[in-house]
Amino acid sequence: MAIKKISVAGSEEPHKKRYVVVPGETIVSGEDYLPSDGTRRQGVDIVAARYGLAEEAGMVIRVISLTGAFVPRRGNQVIGRVSNITLNGWVIDIDWASNGFLPIDESPHFINKNEMDQFLAIGDMIVAKIMGITARGIDLGFDGPGLGKLEGGFAFKVSSNRTPRVIGREGSMINLIKENTKCDVAVGQNGWIWVYSENMDDMLKARKAVEMITEKPFVEGLTEKMEQWFQETK
Amino acid sequence: MGMGISKNTQEAMKTLLEQGKRFDGRKCVDYRDISVTYNVSNAAEGSARVMMGKTEVIAGVKLTLDKPYPDSPDKGNLMVSGDLLPLASPRYEVGPPKFDAIELPRLVDRSIRESHVIELDKLVVKAGEKVWTVIIDIYPINDDGNLVDAAVCAAIAALRQAKMPGITEAGFPDYKNRTKQGLPLAKEVIPLSVTIFKLGNALFVDPTREEAEAAEVKCNFGLTKQGKKYMVHSTQKTGAKPFTQKELETSAVLIGEKYDELYDKLKKVL
Repeated sequence: MAIKKISVAGSEEPHKKRYVVVPGETIVSGEDYLPSDGTRRQGVDIVAARYGLAEEAGMVIRVISLTGAFVPRRGNQVIGRVSNITLNGWVIDIDWASNGFLPIDESPHFINKNEMDQFLAIGDMIVAKIMGITARGIDLGFDGPGLGKLEGGFAFKVSSNRTPRVIGREGSMINLIKENTKCDVAVGQNGWIWVYSENMDDMLKARKAVEMITEKPFVEGLTEKMEQWFQETK
Repeated sequence: MGMGISKNTQEAMKTLLEQGKRFDGRKCVDYRDISVTYNVSNAAEGSARVMMGKTEVIAGVKLTLDKPYPDSPDKGNLMVSGDLLPLASPRYEVGPPKFDAIELPRLVDRSIRESHVIELDKLVVKAGEKVWTVIIDIYPINDDGNLVDAAVCAAIAALRQAKMPGITEAGFPDYKNRTKQGLPLAKEVIPLSVTIFKLGNALFVDPTREEAEAAEVKCNFGLTKQGKKYMVHSTQKTGAKPFTQKELETSAVLIGEKYDELYDKLKKVL
């Protein structure tokens, strides 16, 4: 079964339709194709290894997973919780099988090694970037805008596969939420979302909006629908 | 694994609960919707699935013929076991049972046993030699908080639905030919469990998982209603923070109200 190609009027490139596959389902057949994320080769077939949307990009076949655990990659932005303090850094629980590690050098100012909890104590939340993944663990860093310690607010978990929807195309969805709820929002690709505002009701509304988005993975034109929802509940 | 509760979230939850509100829009003393399904297992003598919001628990009742315990030769035996399956929550791992996994069946056991809902003295086949053993198995399928209350509901529902197996000529239980006779239960006794959680100065019931993780202390009550009086059979406090006397007095009223609420919801299906 080949991916059905549909061309969109006005575009040179034929658009490829994404469609739902389940593990074990043959996506395409033939030596010309290469298996990528969420797929594997079985004889001449390329078979889905995860439940998700199959997509063809040139010769490369991949499956955008719709469920399952977060798998960290270099460059991911994650929200974590400080679970331990060691001699040269903080151990960060990022909701995965192995812990993240934030070295003391990542602190924005000088820190006395005897008073490391002055900056990050156990139970504090941070938003950080994955700098590298080694056999020892996952190295985190504050190298980028918007990264650092999270003060106040609260965090909650959604499915990590739905975080791209929460952000939206070029951040359209996240900006919509920020504007309408006057909340500061940080999205971790591990599925944790942090919201902050002076007003508790605004934070609750932001949470409700995010949960609505993540519960509707197949709806098209979600940004418009959310805009409408914000108008109705104003 | 699963990420633990952060200080920020705990503080926000404390502020919210002290205002009498919760993340999901309920009030502090509101239970989620409860539903009961029977006959979820055909191998068990009685079984029930209880859904409390997203929390889902299956309880099964199995009957075997055993020797009685030496200290109670004229009584049947009761055993409650429970496992926290990794299926139920990212918090649970395979391996030796930890605190929560030991606590759950013990709390269920105590609320059922101490209410004397099962008339154990009627489960004797031959005194001192052969009695029925009632085994209640608790399987949490999804843990979204308040497993104990849901498990006690499931256990009592399964008990009330269970049918006695026959006895073969050789004296073994005949599971293929169940009798129509139910377990000897005290019909007017419905043991239920109500757990009161505390965070800051707020008391609340039926937490979701994040609320249960944020709670500083909890107190479980197993109770029944005799006529118009409530009877507390078992209590268990877990956590280091204390309850004040006033909070316990509030709880004493609250558990009665919550018992009635749960009973009303369950009475149609029990």
